[in-house]
Amino acid sequence: MPREGVLVQSPYKRLSTEQVRQIHDASVQLLRDPGLMCYNRRAAEIFHSNGAEVSSITPSDSPCWHVRIPEKMVSQALESAPKTVKLGARNKDNTLILNGDEPRVFFVSGSETNIWLDVDIETYAKKSDPGTEILVPEFRPRRGTLMDLCDSAHVCEHLETLDAYIRTVNIQDKDITPDNKDVNKFFASLNNTTKHFMAGLTTLSQLDNVVNMAKLIVGGEQELKDNPIISFITCLVKSPLQFVDDTTETLIEICLRGLPTVVSSSPQAGSTAPMKEDGIMAQINAEVLAGITLSQLVNPGTPVIYGSVPVRARLDTLGDSYGAPETSQFNVDCVQLARFYRLPCYATSGVCDAKTPGMQCSVERLFSDILVTLSGPQYLHCAYGLLDGNSTFCLLQAVLDDAHFEMLKFFLRPPRIDQSEIEKTLKQIREVVATPQKLYIRYIRPMMRSGQLSAPYPFEGDGERDAAILLAYNRMKELLQKPVEHLDEATTARIFNEIPGILPRLNVYA
Amino acid sequence: MSEDIIALIKENVIQGRKTADDEGIDDTLSGTPGVEELTRSALEQNIPPDRLITQGLTAGMQVVGEKFSTKEYFIPDMLAAADAVGAAMDILKPYLETSNVETKGKFAIATVKGDIHDIGKNIVAILLKGAGYEVTDLGVDVSTEKIVQYVKEQEPDYLGLSALLTTTMVVMGEVIEALKSNSLRDKVKVLIGGAAVSEQYAEEIGADAYCIDGFHAIQVLDSFQGAKT
Amino acid sequence: MGDSLLDLIVQNVTQGRASQDDEGLEEGWEGQPGVTELVQKALDAGVTAEDIINKGLTAGMVIVGEKFESKEYYIPDMLAAAEAVGAAMQILEPHLAKSGMKAKGKVLMATVKGDLHDIGKNIVSILLRGAGYTVKDLGNDVDTRSIVDAVREERPQFLGLSALLTSTMVQMGEVINELRETGLRDSIKVIVGGAPVSEEFARSIGADGYGADGFAAVRLVESLGPSQQ
Repeated sequence: MPREGVLVQSPYKRLSTEQVRQIHDASVQLLRDPGLMCYNRRAAEIFHSNGAEVSSITPSDSPCWHVRIPEKMVSQALESAPKTVKLGARNKDNTLILNGDEPRVFFVSGSETNIWLDVDIETYAKKSDPGTEILVPEFRPRRGTLMDLCDSAHVCEHLETLDAYIRTVNIQDKDITPDNKDVNKFFASLNNTTKHFMAGLTTLSQLDNVVNMAKLIVGGEQELKDNPIISFITCLVKSPLQFVDDTTETLIEICLRGLPTVVSSSPQAGSTAPMKEDGIMAQINAEVLAGITLSQLVNPGTPVIYGSVPVRARLDTLGDSYGAPETSQFNVDCVQLARFYRLPCYATSGVCDAKTPGMQCSVERLFSDILVTLSGPQYLHCAYGLLDGNSTFCLLQAVLDDAHFEMLKFFLRPPRIDQSEIEKTLKQIREVVATPQKLYIRYIRPMMRSGQLSAPYPFEGDGERDAAILLAYNRMKELLQKPVEHLDEATTARIFNEIPGILPRLNVYA
Repeated sequence: MSEDIIALIKENVIQGRKTADDEGIDDTLSGTPGVEELTRSALEQNIPPDRLITQGLTAGMQVVGEKFSTKEYFIPDMLAAADAVGAAMDILKPYLETSNVETKGKFAIATVKGDIHDIGKNIVAILLKGAGYEVTDLGVDVSTEKIVQYVKEQEPDYLGLSALLTTTMVVMGEVIEALKSNSLRDKVKVLIGGAAVSEQYAEEIGADAYCIDGFHAIQVLDSFQGAKT
Repeated sequence: MGDSLLDLIVQNVTQGRASQDDEGLEEGWEGQPGVTELVQKALDAGVTAEDIINKGLTAGMVIVGEKFESKEYYIPDMLAAAEAVGAAMQILEPHLAKSGMKAKGKVLMATVKGDLHDIGKNIVSILLRGAGYTVKDLGNDVDTRSIVDAVREERPQFLGLSALLTSTMVQMGEVINELRETGLRDSIKVIVGGAPVSEEFARSIGADGYGADGFAAVRLVESLGPSQQ
């Protein structure tokens, strides 16, 4: 049984059908003129041999081709790209089925942050009355490590609303190098979660090691095809409209192996894309379509996910403003475009500008989480625990986010209005009205116990004072203590034996 | 007449209008000549380049800086103005060599090997050019050898290195080591920047400074200027 | 026969089933006799009212109380059980004198003049009935004279006054003053409750106690009684 996620009954639409069509037409025009600057030779050759207009650009420091993609090539790619993508998992109950025609949302963690935010609870005495003490959370940023990644995967395994795990922290240990980063990243994550695992690839030469690791876990090549427990994110287009060399090469290799991948683009409205909605939409859609077209030219039918990470620029620093309402607007637009193509969509929400857990963070996160969820993307990178744009991960925040998604999922339950039940309800009303007390309280009881009523906020304080952060901290500690199902000893031994570069401290049996 | 055109240059810097096609901030100057056109006309009228710079371009940038610090202006305004000034400086460059006006110094900038992120680097280049530095952009994914060779041949006063990734920021340290082994380290001040980089990291690899953003880079370079005189 | 009927009463109290129409908590009870039907049967079978109360109703409420403490039960469960017990007590009342068992006492309840809010008062009434008290509910918007008249006629041991509004809670003080003037104050204990009311307010108007909620009210009444000899 795959995971259920949450089905959005009537997805929220921002654009009219007409406007979606207009954006599509504008993107098609952009793919022809100006087309894309392609810094990858193979991609240029693939486009050329399939009939795209490709010319070499000189002079340039690095080799570069100008690729103009005809509409027909795009529509053929949209034909051959699968409408349903399966993302497997170590535990098959955690399988995800992403169906481009069905607005069923799965909630996912990410992105890869440099900073890990530690939380300590400190005790402070009141100045005017030293006998009065309060507990205050203190946050300490530091560089993320491999063991942090294990802890993050471990806790995410236990977060009930979290449907798949995207690595949340960039491992920056002294003994992590470009050549061993991928194998350690994948092993640390796969060993601590039985959910689907998705990540970007740092070094292309590590792709086969990572794929072989996955094969060892599921039992072979065909098993991995049937149950792809790993998938990739490739941001091969740099905005505006440039195929970058290494990530494009990575996409080609992943597609040749038939593993699922997100083809994403992350333009910033105001700096690398127009600030106006029509402009950034036409551009990001062209960028994603260019990537999807390449994927289908490489291997027709290879599973791809329409990936959107649009964001608006802040005016004071030109940094990303994920908390801005426009960022949510752009994401909702992308969900509609993906649905227009009937492709599963990877959308982004919950990324905030706040630097620590607290009020700003909750407001920014929930605003975009609710709006983008309602639009019904299949794979929502809703960024459990992410803070300060893309730069910080806080495990405690991930625990808080889980509770908020629980509420959101509850909200999205279908309405309970049922003709066959209405007679019974009317009878109840008549009965109560006839009593002296006129109270419905006793009739709550069957609903209360059947799970039909939402639970109270799990981090509500007992007394006068709010205690959400303190209680979430306790919950986080609990979850870290709660065991996870690691890979078994024999598989671990085989992986350590056959896959080079995995650091010995990841071996739980050593 | 010359006063008029210098005042217009200043006004157009404040509006961030590089050419006649630019809208500027409020559309009031649309269609009229921008900083580029005005600078050419001024040269044709034999107005001395140093006056164009100090009373037109620099005076305009000063107003922009004030408006920025009072939050009337935002980064996009600042960038547009800097871009206009940079374009004017390109036009003025041949004349400066014949006059006795000195530029603030030569600044070379590159995103290091393995890294193709260039938004930050491009912004720094525009801002420094607007601040009166002679800027050469070496591009993205630039090899250490190429950077060292450039320093050897062109002798810039400052070298800016950019990296967004934790995997590529180590290359900055390699560049500094290579400068040392080529006895070039003392000839150039090295500034680093990028999302993954920090003050602490700059110290670790022996860079002269870490810049949080483009404005900070101007301050850092100007402080080096102060130290020089 | 008597024993199994008493067991069934205990079970039906814990299920909160007043009559055979009630669903109860678990599946499978619907259609079977509830507490009121079972009490009538027990009386017909010759079981004494005292046994029905002690071994049936009260025993059931003790279990409900424990489940509530351990958070297995919530307020709606408690109310449903109390309602069932209250309905049974009405049937048993005429038989109490016969069995020589004295009632726990009589409580008069009212929401004071000018105030129409009665949810809290109704819940307190249900819970007090469930605890074995005889409750006479005068309703809401009851003027002071009617309350005093009722105290005189009904001779209750307790008077519960409720108000939700700050503008009407002053009425509670007037009721107490009126009871004093008519010489009835010493014959009863007056307890007050409602959102704006507090322990301090209760003291200031000379009430005997303040109940923060229905459960507190029951505890308060238990602690103030038994006032009858």
